[in-house]
Amino acid sequence: MAATDKSPVTGTGSVALDGLLTWVDQRFPLISTWKAHLAEYYAPKNFNFWYYFGGLAMLVLGIQIVTGIFLTMNYKPDANLAFASVEYIMREVPGGWIIRYMHSTGASAFFVCVYLHMFRALLYGSHRAPRELIWIFGVLIYLLLMGEAFFGYLLPWGQMSYWGAQVIINLFSAIPLIGPDLSLWIRGDYVVSDATLNRFFALHVIALPLVLCGLVAAHLLALHEVGSNNPDGIEIKKHKDENGIPLDGIPFHPYYTVKDIFGVVVFLFVFAVIVFFAPEMGGYFLEYNNFVPADPLQTPAHIAPVWYFTPYYSILRAVPPLFNSQFPGVVAMGVSVMILFLLPWLDRGAVKSIRYRGTHFKVALTSFVVVFLILGYLGTEPITVWGQFGSWLGNSDRATVASRICTLIYFAFFVLMPWYTKVDKTKPEPDRVTF
Amino acid sequence: MNTLTTLAENKVCAPRRNWKRLQVLSLLFAAAVLTGPSPAAASDAGVKLDPAPINPTDVASLQSGARTFANYCLNCHSASLMRWNRLMELGLSESQIKDNLMFASDKVGELMTVSMIRKEAKQAFGAVPPDLSVTARARGADWLYSYLRAFYRDPARPSGWNNAVFENVGMPNPLWQLQGERVRVEQAPKGGADKKDGHGPAHPSYKYELVKPGSLSPVQYDETVRDLVNFLVYVAEPAAPSRKLIGTLVLLFLLALLPLVWLLKREFWKDVH
Repeated sequence: MAATDKSPVTGTGSVALDGLLTWVDQRFPLISTWKAHLAEYYAPKNFNFWYYFGGLAMLVLGIQIVTGIFLTMNYKPDANLAFASVEYIMREVPGGWIIRYMHSTGASAFFVCVYLHMFRALLYGSHRAPRELIWIFGVLIYLLLMGEAFFGYLLPWGQMSYWGAQVIINLFSAIPLIGPDLSLWIRGDYVVSDATLNRFFALHVIALPLVLCGLVAAHLLALHEVGSNNPDGIEIKKHKDENGIPLDGIPFHPYYTVKDIFGVVVFLFVFAVIVFFAPEMGGYFLEYNNFVPADPLQTPAHIAPVWYFTPYYSILRAVPPLFNSQFPGVVAMGVSVMILFLLPWLDRGAVKSIRYRGTHFKVALTSFVVVFLILGYLGTEPITVWGQFGSWLGNSDRATVASRICTLIYFAFFVLMPWYTKVDKTKPEPDRVTF
Repeated sequence: MNTLTTLAENKVCAPRRNWKRLQVLSLLFAAAVLTGPSPAAASDAGVKLDPAPINPTDVASLQSGARTFANYCLNCHSASLMRWNRLMELGLSESQIKDNLMFASDKVGELMTVSMIRKEAKQAFGAVPPDLSVTARARGADWLYSYLRAFYRDPARPSGWNNAVFENVGMPNPLWQLQGERVRVEQAPKGGADKKDGHGPAHPSYKYELVKPGSLSPVQYDETVRDLVNFLVYVAEPAAPSRKLIGTLVLLFLLALLPLVWLLKREFWKDVH
């Protein structure tokens, strides 16, 4: 007797498998979930290059979780043992170096995918109504990812791990009134120490990944509720056939699964080149100074965060202190990330996709990308990297002046967005997607 | 702006343009790596470093480096993340390692530690001699190669030695019997004393003179240091040779897979119009 009145599963080509799937399906929404999210989820047929990175980010999340589990089996979250235990993984654990390099490269690959994925949203207006919640879940994922990367970076217990954490936690002490107590509470000690390492380990391996996976699920559920945007920024649901299927939609499976497999192989090729031939990536993915064990008594001459944080680090350094307090810089850095949440409401453009936007938006987005890259570069270097201006500018550091200008442009991109997207001379959108 | 428009007008059915874009991306990646922060392009003292002519596949050089390391470094510096018997990768047998390299212990399964007491070492040198397991990854081979050839006699220092690459270093020249003793001689700056290079007063320039030859000629000494640095680079990441070998196989596999998955995609997408 069937548990429910659902029709039995057929068509797998095997009676036994049909029977098993029927048994499961009558107790679990197997077939309906498969259809809703894969076989009968209709995605626009005109996805291009930029649409690979969401799936690739999920792949990297999987890589990080699996390699992370194996790293946890051998890593010691103890200030006296942590550094050596990482090298133990590199030397004594069979295949340990592959696992470790995949994890360290994966951290950077995650940010590469997420940055390109977010840029895609800006290009084609994927943050716009009715996809605001998808965007908000996405920004939350990005924030969580930053936390995850920050906590994880302390674990190798090298000089950069240690002093990077010290600098970032000290930022909280710039908050008026509660600052010093707050940073003490975060560290669990007066300096970054064993207590800090242990709590960062706990946050890195369980707390944040758990929330991260939940948010990814919410991101996908929200996406599948409203349907995917596409490079034309128009809704494919406007034109449906007699069965209610969008005319420009194709089932995600098998079309985009096979397409994404191709993308995955290309990605893995690049990933493998780095993992096997340039795991340090010229000092950007694994900083050279992090091969020196953490020494609380010796501050490195130049402390730089890993590349994916450097645009924000530049913004922090660009804002001058007020009444001897770094607080304005800390606020600017915080706002520069948080402002992303408002994007769906700042954008007043008549069209979504850059294909039909006017010059204003194209100039704004190009400038934004350029200043983001410049800020990112400057954040990896000491502020003296470009030398000083002459006495006519008070001998100020050129890099500081440049990062101040870039910071202003960064914020102008958001603050002026309601204006320039509204007055922009847009082109008419097509009725159906371009394919 | 032009680029943005072209990017935006890309179509799914234009794989060749996708390829071009990937090439551009990989070029950008390569550019980032090439211009990236190097471990030490110049030393802290501002001295230009000599490129280390090391060859990680030269087993004889690695063995000779291991011998120099065991004889001259391993009394004060440990390499405590490295196991003795891993040196069998360099073509040495267990008994060769035991008889020729190990002075402090006789168990080849042990780590390359030293018995020097940290507190006493600090008193003697002003700093505890650092563990050298991963130093080559932190400093870079060029720095090590230059540093170990840059010692000179300096009566102002407690040890009687100073170093052009690492100013006022605590370590006296450990290889002085091989290199001999050098002194630093100040040179008059070329083109007049008040030559301006845009960065304040001109830096004094120095040359170094060998005043007391060591047991090796300068050329032989450079080769000895080269072998030692080669060995230190090996110790810093002993998995590096297998990493590159496995990596090549992985890339070949992915290259073979790529056309297949592309054909699979094309086959499925034939009916999308």
